[in-house]
Amino acid sequence: MATEINKQLGDNVFLTTIDAAASWARANSLWPMPFATACCGIELMSTAASKHDLSRFGSEVMRFTPRQCDLMIVAGRVVMKMIPVLQRIWLQMPEPKWCISMGACACSGGVFDTYAVVQGIDRFLPVDIYIPGCPPRPEQLIKAIMDLQDKIKKTGTYDAREFKLRILPDGPKRFDEDELVRIRERNGFKLDEPKYDPIH
Amino acid sequence: MTAATNMKEVLESKLGGVSLVWSAFRDQNRVAVPASHIAAALQTLRDAGMDQLVDITAVDMLEYPGATDRFEVVYLLLNTTSGERLTVKTHVNEPELKLPSACPVWFGADWLEREVYDMFGIVFEGHPNFKRLLLPDAFESFPLRKDYPVKGRGERHNFPIITRAES
Amino acid sequence: MPLDLIDSPDLDAGFREGLWTLNFGPQHPATHTTLRLVLQLDGEMVIGAEPDIGFLHSGFEKLAEVLDYNQYVTIVDRMNYISPMANEIAWHHAVEGLLGIELTPRCKYIRTIFAELMRIHDHLLCTGTCVLDLGGATAFMYAFNEREKIYEICERASGQRFHTGYTRVGGLLYDVTDDWIKMVRDFCKTFPKAYKDFAGLVMKNRIFVERTKGVGVLTKEDAIAGSASGPVARASGVERDLRRDEPYLAYNDLDFDVCCAQGGDCYARFQVRMMEMLESLKIIEQAVENLPSGPVFISGTGKEGLPDKTEVYRSIEGLIHHFENIMPNRQMPSPKESYYGATESPNGELGYYIVSDGDFKAYRARTRPPSLLHFSLFSRMIRGCMLSDVAAVLGSINIIAAELDR
Repeated sequence: MATEINKQLGDNVFLTTIDAAASWARANSLWPMPFATACCGIELMSTAASKHDLSRFGSEVMRFTPRQCDLMIVAGRVVMKMIPVLQRIWLQMPEPKWCISMGACACSGGVFDTYAVVQGIDRFLPVDIYIPGCPPRPEQLIKAIMDLQDKIKKTGTYDAREFKLRILPDGPKRFDEDELVRIRERNGFKLDEPKYDPIH
Repeated sequence: MTAATNMKEVLESKLGGVSLVWSAFRDQNRVAVPASHIAAALQTLRDAGMDQLVDITAVDMLEYPGATDRFEVVYLLLNTTSGERLTVKTHVNEPELKLPSACPVWFGADWLEREVYDMFGIVFEGHPNFKRLLLPDAFESFPLRKDYPVKGRGERHNFPIITRAES
Repeated sequence: MPLDLIDSPDLDAGFREGLWTLNFGPQHPATHTTLRLVLQLDGEMVIGAEPDIGFLHSGFEKLAEVLDYNQYVTIVDRMNYISPMANEIAWHHAVEGLLGIELTPRCKYIRTIFAELMRIHDHLLCTGTCVLDLGGATAFMYAFNEREKIYEICERASGQRFHTGYTRVGGLLYDVTDDWIKMVRDFCKTFPKAYKDFAGLVMKNRIFVERTKGVGVLTKEDAIAGSASGPVARASGVERDLRRDEPYLAYNDLDFDVCCAQGGDCYARFQVRMMEMLESLKIIEQAVENLPSGPVFISGTGKEGLPDKTEVYRSIEGLIHHFENIMPNRQMPSPKESYYGATESPNGELGYYIVSDGDFKAYRARTRPPSLLHFSLFSRMIRGCMLSDVAAVLGSINIIAAELDR
């Protein structure tokens, strides 16, 4: 909360109000950058359409240029060929920015545990809100945006200083099962090929 | 079946003494042509009326029970006026995974052959723009081969990580 | 077409003053999700276009070798994601062709109704986004509103709006209820009015017509030699519709027309899609009125179709029947053959070439993607058009990146 930062920095009542005002303004006018790759993109379009209207929440404009957005919604699976593009777009967005990972494929690879699909974009990008579902219903996306609005209002600062504090990557640790398999293969240690077993 | 016998006569007359293996399964006619004569076979079939190429694909027979060749390349053909279909199969083995391209016959073969190369490594000679289609150019293996694991060999996680502070 | 400032651009030009390259990147509002075009431009005119695809390649065909016929249907859904059930119907059509299974009449009719609902669904999105890309946001909203009704129908049948996973080998996941039938009938009543609203906004709209007439022409010979199918081919004059030429499901009993056009330009493709929506409505109305009663699952030796869920939970025979169908080493064997089964999906001829090695799992399942072939024709269609026509042509050929890349 802004009052905690106050205690660390010393009394500055003015900052609290500005922080709160800035966060309120930012939360209620989140302009999404729809990074819609696959099926979740269609649910994103449905959320923006007339039945579940996303513009009620301030996301009136879906700008497709990253320079004008502050919220990137990654909707859909991200494959190896696309991840550099995604990172470049993330880097082009100006601070403060947030990222929503929509759908099972963006959160963790989803049903596609294959050679081509990145198992979760949080391995390579900082993600703020995760939405499970395949695809998530438009109501889930709206709830996620509302949660993000709460998060911004509670933790936002005027100069986006909260982002500089997060220096560790968010996602799963770099060393994972795939790495173990590769190490074993390199050392010639033959293990039974980890078969994709749909039942167990 | 008269339409199929038509194609059979046409192919056998044009290709002379080449051994063609005909089979049928649930009203679908298939013919296996040796790789050396596939270009002539496709051109003959196109001239005989098979004016649309529906698909080109390949199958890796490494784990198939009773297979004699490594790769089977399948051409699915269609005659748009009469609605007749024919499946033409050919076999290639390592080390020479080469076939003549079908692009001069039907230009729709363009991307289909690039995809077969991308997934299996079978080279089609005479193709106007031969390179990988779906995977990044730097990708080294051919994923749909049976000896390539489903989860890949770590290519999917070989990317730089961006933390919150850096972005 | 606007005034030509240059006379006949030389397509094989070497270096020419004024040629520049534009990257129509993977992230762009008019690229329906992820595809990339590298355009060579001479001022505003497009000289050449080279597509670069693969930004959504997820290894679908590799997954087919791991999942069995009933499980893979959930993955197949995610290919042409704007008409998911059409993929499922195509997949199970191919699988049932391979296994030699004949469906019950009720199942055929229900699948037909879903196939046509999905056709309307797909065409609404395609035309809606085509108009959106050209600037008409209102028509897009109208189209999406109608699609919401179809989502509700899918949800009533299977529990999911999208990616239903509804078909199974030999039947469907659940039988449909009476309120589902009522919902379909209500949809049939309300759709004509919504169609009229949508068409009234677009079809005679001068801006839309000027932007799409004569743009992106695909000749009939190019359509056949380039393996086009579906509305793209029919708009160029190729009279081929798998529902009429190789009838499957209940299309033999139903009366409908095949929509063709002569122009081969964007407007013709748009018109074909709009007409097809009305034909689909006709088919749905007939099918719903004549829906046969009876079981939805085939009853055979027991290994083909899944039993009714009430039987599974209430009787030991049902439980054993279910067990025999689901457990991986006890399922029905399939013939060691290869089979190609195709259906008329909203995008074109969607076919699956399945090679089986005796297991209940495909040894190789190849999807014949209509979008891939249509996109390869793009570079032919766009030559000589202006930069702003790229969005129109791209929208009219209905490329779905997941089907393109698989």
